[in-house]
Amino acid sequence: MLYALIPLLPLAAFLVLGLGGSRIKDRAHLVAVPAVLLSLTLALTAFFEVASGSVISVPLYTWLTSGDLDIHIGLHIDRLTAVMLLLVTGVSSLVHIYTIGYMHGDSGYARFFSYIALFTFSMLMLVLADNLLQLFIFWEAVGLCSYLLIGHWYERASACAAATKAFLVNRVGDFGFMLGLLLVWYHFGSLNYLDIFPAIHEATDLTMNLLGPFGGVWDVSVFTLIALLLFTGAVGKSAQVPLHVWLPDAMEGPTPISALIHAATMVTAGVFMVARLAPIYNLSPTAMSVVAVTGAVTMLLGATIALTQTDIKRVVAYSTVSQLGYMIMACGLGAYASGMYHLLTHGAFKALLFLGCGSVIIALHHEQDMRHMGGLKDKLPITYWTFVVGSLALAGFPLTAGFFSKDDILVSAWSSGTLGQVLSILGLLTALLTAFYSFRLVFATFWGPSHVEPHHATHIQEPSRTMTTPLLILAVFSVLTGYLGIPSFLEPVFSTGQDTATQHGSDALMIMLAATAMGLLGIASAYYVYVLNPDLPERLATRWKVLYQASLNKWYVDELYDYLFVRPTLKTASELWKRVDVEVIDGAVNGIARAIAWGGWLLRLIQSGQTQHYALAMALGIVVLTAYLLL
Amino acid sequence: MAHLFFGYFAGMITITSILVVALRNPVYSALSLLIMFFHVAGLFITLHAEFLAAVQVIVYAGAILVLYLFVVMLLNVNRDDRYHSQWRVVAFVCVPLSIEFLVLLSGTMGAANRQPASLPVEPHTADNTLAIGRTLFSTYLFPFEVASLILLVAMIGAIFLAKRDIGENEAKDVTRVPGAQ
Amino acid sequence: MTVPVSYYIILSAIVFLTGVVGVLIRRNIIAILLSVELMLNATNINFVAFSDHLQDLGGQVFVFFALTVAAAEVAVGLAIIIALHRSRSTINIEEFNLLKW
Repeated sequence: MLYALIPLLPLAAFLVLGLGGSRIKDRAHLVAVPAVLLSLTLALTAFFEVASGSVISVPLYTWLTSGDLDIHIGLHIDRLTAVMLLLVTGVSSLVHIYTIGYMHGDSGYARFFSYIALFTFSMLMLVLADNLLQLFIFWEAVGLCSYLLIGHWYERASACAAATKAFLVNRVGDFGFMLGLLLVWYHFGSLNYLDIFPAIHEATDLTMNLLGPFGGVWDVSVFTLIALLLFTGAVGKSAQVPLHVWLPDAMEGPTPISALIHAATMVTAGVFMVARLAPIYNLSPTAMSVVAVTGAVTMLLGATIALTQTDIKRVVAYSTVSQLGYMIMACGLGAYASGMYHLLTHGAFKALLFLGCGSVIIALHHEQDMRHMGGLKDKLPITYWTFVVGSLALAGFPLTAGFFSKDDILVSAWSSGTLGQVLSILGLLTALLTAFYSFRLVFATFWGPSHVEPHHATHIQEPSRTMTTPLLILAVFSVLTGYLGIPSFLEPVFSTGQDTATQHGSDALMIMLAATAMGLLGIASAYYVYVLNPDLPERLATRWKVLYQASLNKWYVDELYDYLFVRPTLKTASELWKRVDVEVIDGAVNGIARAIAWGGWLLRLIQSGQTQHYALAMALGIVVLTAYLLL
Repeated sequence: MAHLFFGYFAGMITITSILVVALRNPVYSALSLLIMFFHVAGLFITLHAEFLAAVQVIVYAGAILVLYLFVVMLLNVNRDDRYHSQWRVVAFVCVPLSIEFLVLLSGTMGAANRQPASLPVEPHTADNTLAIGRTLFSTYLFPFEVASLILLVAMIGAIFLAKRDIGENEAKDVTRVPGAQ
Repeated sequence: MTVPVSYYIILSAIVFLTGVVGVLIRRNIIAILLSVELMLNATNINFVAFSDHLQDLGGQVFVFFALTVAAAEVAVGLAIIIALHRSRSTINIEEFNLLKW
C-alpha cells in the first residue's frame, strides 16, 4: 500500500503547485523536488522487494463496473515495472534539480514544476498499470503533459504549433491503440493483464474474419490484429516512422523536458508497452516482423537526418528517434530484454546529452545553432567532459553502457533468423552513422575556433551547481548501467519457453568487434572531417547536393504530410465553413428570419388605415360566410 | 291597383337610393334621401302600417335628415371629386353578393308565398296606432324603456362629442404651440 | 290581389345592396352615413312587409325600435363628424388614416 505513494507524491506536488503556484512562485522547487526524491526512494524499496522474485499487486480503486466490464485503477509491480520506476523517478529527480537552475527567473517557474510533477505522476501510473485501460488513460495523460510542457513558452507561436503537432500526431497513433483495446476486450472479456495473459495461452489460434461484414472471407489471426493496432500507438508515442514528425518540433520546449519526456520517459512508453505485452506479440510473427522493420527504418532515418542538422537540440532529437528505432527493432525480433536494456542505458546518456545541450544554451544565452559555437571545451569543462562521456555512450564506445546495450541488441538480432541478420547489418551501419554525428556535434560545439557572437563570448561560464550536478550523476550512470546485469535481471519476465533470442559464442564476439569497429570508425571520420579539414563539410555538401538537401530537410516527410493531409483538411474545413456554414446554415437561419420579416411586411399592407378598406373586408367576409352557409 | 302603387313607390325608392349613392354633392344626396323617405312612408301605408308611416316622416324626414343638413351646412362640405379608389373591387364584390341574394331568395320564395302559420294574431283593426300602442305598452314595455335610455345616452354622447373645450372659443384663430394652454 | 311578399324582399335587397355599395364607395363621411340610413330603411321595409304578411304586429314594433336606434346613431355619428372636422378640417375619409402601420 505504501507503494501507492510512488505516483501519488508527484500528484500531490502537482496539486499544491497548480493551485497555489501564484503564491509559491520562485520557491516551487521546495515542493516538487522533495516529492520526487521521496518517490525515488520508495521506488528503490519496491525494486529490492521485487528483485527477490515476488510481484507486488495493489488494487487501488474500482472506477466502474458495467456488465462484464470492470474498470479499476491498480498497481502491478514486477521486474519490468521496477526498472521503469527507477528510470522514471531517477531521471525525473535529476531533471527537477536541473530545472532549478535552468528555469531560474522564468515567469512560469511554478507552472513548469507543476506540469513536470503531473507528468511524473502520469508516467508512473502508466508504468504501474495493471490493466490496459489504465495504461491507455495515462498514455493520453502523458501526451497531454507533453503538450503542456512543449507549449510552456506559449507566447511563442512556434511553441504552440509544435505542441499541437505533437498532440495531434500522437492522437493518430492512439486511435489505433484504442481499436486494439477494443479487440482485446472483445475477445478476452477483460483488460487486466492477469486475465489476458493466461487466456492467451488457451487460445493461440484465434482468428477473425475481416471481410465478414462485406460477405467475404479473410481470416486474420486476432493476435496479429491486436498487436499491430496496439503498435500504432507505440508508433505515435515512440516517434517511429511514419509518426516521428512531432519529436524534432518538440524541441521548442525547454531543454529539461526534452531530457525528461523526449529522451528518457514518455517516448519509451511505446517500447515499454510492446515489452509489457510480449505474450501477445510472441503469438504473431507477422506483427513482430512489422515491428522490427519499422524500428529499423526509423533507426536509419533518424541517423541520416541527424548528420546534417545544425541545431544542437535537433541533432540529439533525431538521435533519439534513431535509438528508439533500435529498441523497437529489438522488441520486434523477440529480444525484449535487450530492448529494455537499451532503453535504460539510453535514458541515462540521452538525458545527459540533452541536459548538456541545455547547459551550453544557457551559457551562450539561448544560442542553439552549432555554427555559432566552438571552442567551448576550456570554458565549460564540466559540461564538456560529461557531454563527451554521453557521446561516447551513444556512439557505443567500448566499456560504456551504450556499448553493452547496443551490442546486446545487435547480437540478439543476428541470431534471430534471416530478417534479424539483415537488420543487424543495418544496425551496424547505423552505429557508424551514430558515432559520426554524435562526435560531429561534440567537435563543432566544443572544439575548433570560436564562432560565438562577440558580446556573448565575453561572459561564458559554467552554469550553477544545480545544473552541473545532474550532469555528473548522469555521466556516472552512462557508464555504470552497463555493469548492473540488467538483461539477465529482466529475462525471467519475458521467458515464455520460446527461445527467440539466444547468444551464440563466436557470432557474439564477431558482432562485438564489428560494432566497436563501426564506432571507432565513426569517431575517427568525424574527427577527420570536422577537426582536421574544416572546409571538407562544405565540399561534401556541394558534391552530394541532393542527398545533403534531402537529409537537411528531413527527407521532406513534413512536406509530404502537409500536402497529403494538412492542406486537404484545411481546404475541406474552409469549404465547409464557406459553403456549408455560411451559405447553407447561416443562410437558412437568416433566411427564415428574412422570410418572417418579409411575411410581416406583406401582412402590414393590410393595415392601410383606410376605413373603407376595412369596410370592404367586412363585406368580403359576409360574402364568404354566406357562401359557406349556403353551400 | 295595389300593384300600381307598389310599382310606383318601389320604383321611386330604387331610383332615389341609387341617386343617394351616385350624386357627388352631399346636399343632393341628402335631398334624394328625403324623397326616398317619403316614398317609404307611402309604402308603409300600403302595408297598413299607418302609424309607422307617420313616425317615419316625422323622425326620419323631419329630424334625422334635418340634422344631416344642419351638419352639412355647418361644415361647409365640398363636392366629392371622385369615388374611392376601391370602387372596382366593390363592383367585383357585388357580383357574388347578388348571386347569394338570388339563391337565398329562391330558397325562401316558396316559404314566403305560403300562407302564414298560425301565430298569435292581433285582430286586424283599422286603427293601427291603437294596436301598436296596445302592444308596445304591454308586451314590449321593457324594450320601450330601454329605447328611451338609449336616446338619453345618445343625447349626452352627442353633446359631449361635439362640444368645444372651454376657452377654445377665444383662442380658436391663434396657432397653438403644443403644450401651451 | 295583394302584392306578393317576395316583391318586397327584392326591393329591400336592392336598397340594402345599394346602401352597402354606398358605404364602400363614398369618400365623404356624411355620404357614408346616408348610405347607412339606406340600409336601415331597407330592413325596415322588410320588417313591415313581413308584419303585414304574417299579420303580426311584432314586426312593426321592431321597426319602431330600429327607428329609435337609427336616430340615436345619427346623432352620435354626426357629433363625431363635427369633432373630426374640428381636428382635421376635412371629412374625407381617406385623410383619417392614423391606424396605418
